[in-house]
Order: sequence, then C-alpha cells, then structure tokens
Amino acid sequence: MSLRVDQAVRRGPAVRFMVDGHAVEAFEGESVAAALFAAGTRALRQSPRDGTPRGLFCMMGSCQECLVWVGARKLPSCQLAVVAALEIETLSYREGHLG
Amino acid sequence: MAEISPHPIPIPVDVLVIGAGPAGARAALRARACGLDVLLVDENPDAGGQVWRPLPPGFARVLGSTPSTEARDGDALRAELRRAGVACLFGHKLWNVGTSLRADLIGPEGSMSWQPRALIVATGTTERVVPFPGWTLPGVIGLAAATILLKSQNMLPGRRTLVAGTGPLLMAVATGILKAGGEVAAVLDLASQGDWLRTLPSLAARPDLLWQGLQWQARLRAAGVPILYRHGIRSVEVAGPGFNICTQRVDAGGQPISGDAAPMFEADAVTVGHGLVPGTDVTRLLRARHRYAAGLGGWVADADADGRTSVAGLYVAGDGAGIAGAAAAGAHGELAALACAHDLGRLGAASHARERDRLQASWRKSARFGHAMAGLMALRDGAVAGIAPDTVVCRCEDVTRAEIDAAARDGARDMNQLKAWTRCGMGPCQGRSCGDVAGALLAIHAGSREAVGCFTGRAPLRPVSLAEVAGDYTYADIPIPKAAPL
Repeated sequence: MSLRVDQAVRRGPAVRFMVDGHAVEAFEGESVAAALFAAGTRALRQSPRDGTPRGLFCMMGSCQECLVWVGARKLPSCQLAVVAALEIETLSYREGHLG
Repeated sequence: MAEISPHPIPIPVDVLVIGAGPAGARAALRARACGLDVLLVDENPDAGGQVWRPLPPGFARVLGSTPSTEARDGDALRAELRRAGVACLFGHKLWNVGTSLRADLIGPEGSMSWQPRALIVATGTTERVVPFPGWTLPGVIGLAAATILLKSQNMLPGRRTLVAGTGPLLMAVATGILKAGGEVAAVLDLASQGDWLRTLPSLAARPDLLWQGLQWQARLRAAGVPILYRHGIRSVEVAGPGFNICTQRVDAGGQPISGDAAPMFEADAVTVGHGLVPGTDVTRLLRARHRYAAGLGGWVADADADGRTSVAGLYVAGDGAGIAGAAAAGAHGELAALACAHDLGRLGAASHARERDRLQASWRKSARFGHAMAGLMALRDGAVAGIAPDTVVCRCEDVTRAEIDAAARDGARDMNQLKAWTRCGMGPCQGRSCGDVAGALLAIHAGSREAVGCFTGRAPLRPVSLAEVAGDYTYADIPIPKAAPL
C-alpha cells in the first residue's frame, strides 16, 4: 500500500531524484521530505549529541529536523520541491564522507 | 520554487508584510487598498499559510472532485492577491530584521534587504508537543505536519496511525486519515468530553463548525476507532517495522495518573500535537515588549487592538499575535494595515475609526470560537510536570528534562541562563520547538512564566550560511580607511 492518496489530485510527472547517490522515485512538486517519507526513508540524520535518528517532524520549515544538503546549501527538505535530476545528500552521508 | 511576483516590487516599500497566511495576505490587500506601497513576503511557494496551504506546484485537482472549504478559501485569497496587484516575494526566508525595521531575506538568488517604513509581522504559530520518550523517533510527527501531508502533499502519515494530543486538529487529522483510506489505531485526547462541551457556547456563532465536529466524531465511531479522552502517550518504542505505544490516563491538569493500567497500541506512525504557540521570533528580535497569556498560546507581543506593538512602526497580526483562529486572523490583518495607513498619514482619523469599528466587531465575533479552541489547546501544567526525567526536551541539542531541572537547582533563573548553561534552545530551530515547554519546566522552579521570561530573540531567525549572506561581497569590498599620519 502506497502512502500517496490519489483520490482528488493529479500529481506532477513521475521523476527520479538522487539521494546519497541512490535514485528515489517521486512526483515533481512533492516536497523532498514527503517523497522520502513515502519511499520509506524516515530517518534523515542523527542528532548531534546522542546520535539518535531524526526525520521530518513539523513539515513547515520550523523544526529543522529534516535538513539535507543541496550543493553548498543546507535546507529543510520539507520546503524543497522535487524536480527531475535533483541531487541531495543527507547530513549523515556527507559527514561520513568528510570524516 | 521561489516566485518573484509578476507585479513589480515598489521602491521604496511603505509596508512590508511578513507571512502570507490569512492575516498577512489580508493585511497586504488592505494596505494596498489604502494606497500604500506594500510587499508581501513568505518562505512558502505561494500564499495561504498553513490553514490554506495550496497543493504543491505541478499538482492539480481531479476534475469533478469537490475541493474542501479551506481549499476554496485559499484559492480565492490567492486569486484576490493577484487581481489586486499586491507585490509578493515567495520562497524567501526572513533571517534578520535590523532596528530600523530593515528586513534581510534569503532567496534562491541570494540575499536581499528591504527598508520599509512599517513592518507587519503575521508569522502564525508553531506547534507545541509536550515531550515523551520516543517523540524524537522518525515516524513520530506533529499534528500540523500530518495535516500538511494529508491536505497538501496528499499523503498518509502511515498505514496505521495513532493520533494523540489535544485541540480541534485531533479529530480533523483522524478523520482525514480515514477519508484518505488509512487506518487510525486510536485517538488519545488530553481533554475530557466535558472540556469539549464547555466550548459549545462559543460554537453558537459557528453552527457549520459544530456540525463538522459532530460529523467527524460519527465517522470515527462508525470506523470503530477507539477515542480515549483524558489519555496521553506514555512512551513510543520501536517494535519491528512499527511502534508500540504505551498510553496513560491523565487528570484534568494533564498529569499522568500513576499505577493505572492503560491500553497499548501498535501503529507504524504517530502524530501528536498539544496546541499552537504564537511565533514571536521577529518581535523578540526587535525587543518589543511581550506578555505571557496562556489562553492565547503563550508569550505574545504586547499590542493594542490594532496590532501596534511597543516598537514604533512594528505591528503584529493573526495567530502570531495570540491564537484566535484563521477566521479572526483576516480581520486582524486588516486592522493592522488600517493602523499602518493611519500612522503613515494615508488615512484620516474619521475614515480609520469607521472602518476599524466594523472590523473589530467582525474580529470579536470570529475570535470567540478561536479563543475557545485556544483555551482547549492551552498548555496543561500537569502534562509538563509529568514529563519523565530522561526525556529529551530540546530536540536540537538533546537536552533532557533532568538537565533542565539540574540547571534550575544550580541557580538558572531565566530562559537565557538555562540556554547558556545547558544549550537548551541554542540549536538550529532557535528554541521554536522546545521554548514553551522548557519555559514551563523552569517556571516550576522559579515560580512563574513571567519570572523566567523567554529566549532573547537572535538572528539568524532561520539557519543561513555565511556564503549566502555575504553573496558576492569579498575582502576587496571592505572599505579600509586611510591610516592617520604618524
């Protein structure tokens, strides 16, 4: 069962975007946070002190739990729209690569 | 995602409106109608705020489907903004406001600043969640977040979701999940049925909402969803691909009743919210005078009925000025815009008084219902007192209740001391997620919310990189005065 509900809307075109080098299927216009959530990727990063997993929480750009890297910018993925060929990296992935 | 308004941005800007929800959008429309040069700014891709949040870009309603009242209201507002030629800057974040009311924004094209003569802050609210063990787990989300997933993204929060907290969003989200074809494990409401019944008189003016509430209840009952009043979440634990949720019975103040056997549930998602807290980032940053009003959601900028704060040229409107609901927010926004027009010399005293009286009457009527809901959603002291010691309160910095208590015992007497000693509220959310509950915890030791105050507002209001702020500016651009001759 998909979490997407298509009773009343027509989504944007089906596209793929890249997360940590892996392709994720989504629909253009969906927020990256929601698309990852629907794809079953709920943990997006680790908390800095206890290292516990975190994911989308407020969906409105306030809590900063769903931050991801888009190039040189760290953005809340709930405020980032999916477009074809978008490439993002999770904070944990980039830290791993830097460390 | 960002959209520069098709209507040219006026230079100079008379009034800058921050937040394009019901309050900010109506403020901008009214200011424009008064002949003011107005600019409406929002970090989202279009107007509507949270209550009238549009579908994501590229989504379209299926022909023949009936849009909700909220969807229709939101579309009407967005169309009105375009028709009226209000200059809008969407997809831009406000990260700083200078003492001259200069607003510093970051958009996809970089940083920019606007120097308006007046600033109307209509930044709405953030959701409060009273912490419990497991609330930081991915898959545990706010009620407002679930609302956005359902209404805007057209997604379920889970296949089987537990819905908990307090206030009108509970039933709205639970029913929304059922309508979308999801399963609701249970609804846990901190309030009692008596608490709900006491709001009935305020619903007299809004029979439509009363009817909607009754329909929601009937739908949940028909689906066999357990509705547990005076219950909350004790803990959420990972169990296989989903969660085990332990519940607890609570008293009228929200305090857990110990030793009581309460049911357990299984679900793959949890959505929880304990009311809304007015967004005071900007007014705290500008050092406006604030007051604590539990019934309005917490700390609010001290303002007159027209939204004038203690800082000249700074106005507040809508739920960010104190929870009164979306219907009241529009009138409140217009009142602030009228006050602006009057104070900037564009509206005579007689016209101002006439329009103001009409709008204030409309505001009072709408706010009655909003205030009753705000009362239902107000922070319950017992729920705060019942937070287990090892529970994380500040999500950004992983600060637990025990650490906050320890700081208080060691002498931390106000919120800024608590922040300096424990890092509570120092993370990227700037204390928006934890500030209200942390304040209530510290107040247990210090005596009152007034005594502990709130976190001093600091820039950046949203995380920004130095590169974004600096833009093309380089060392060579720094003016170096000629050294004085020796």
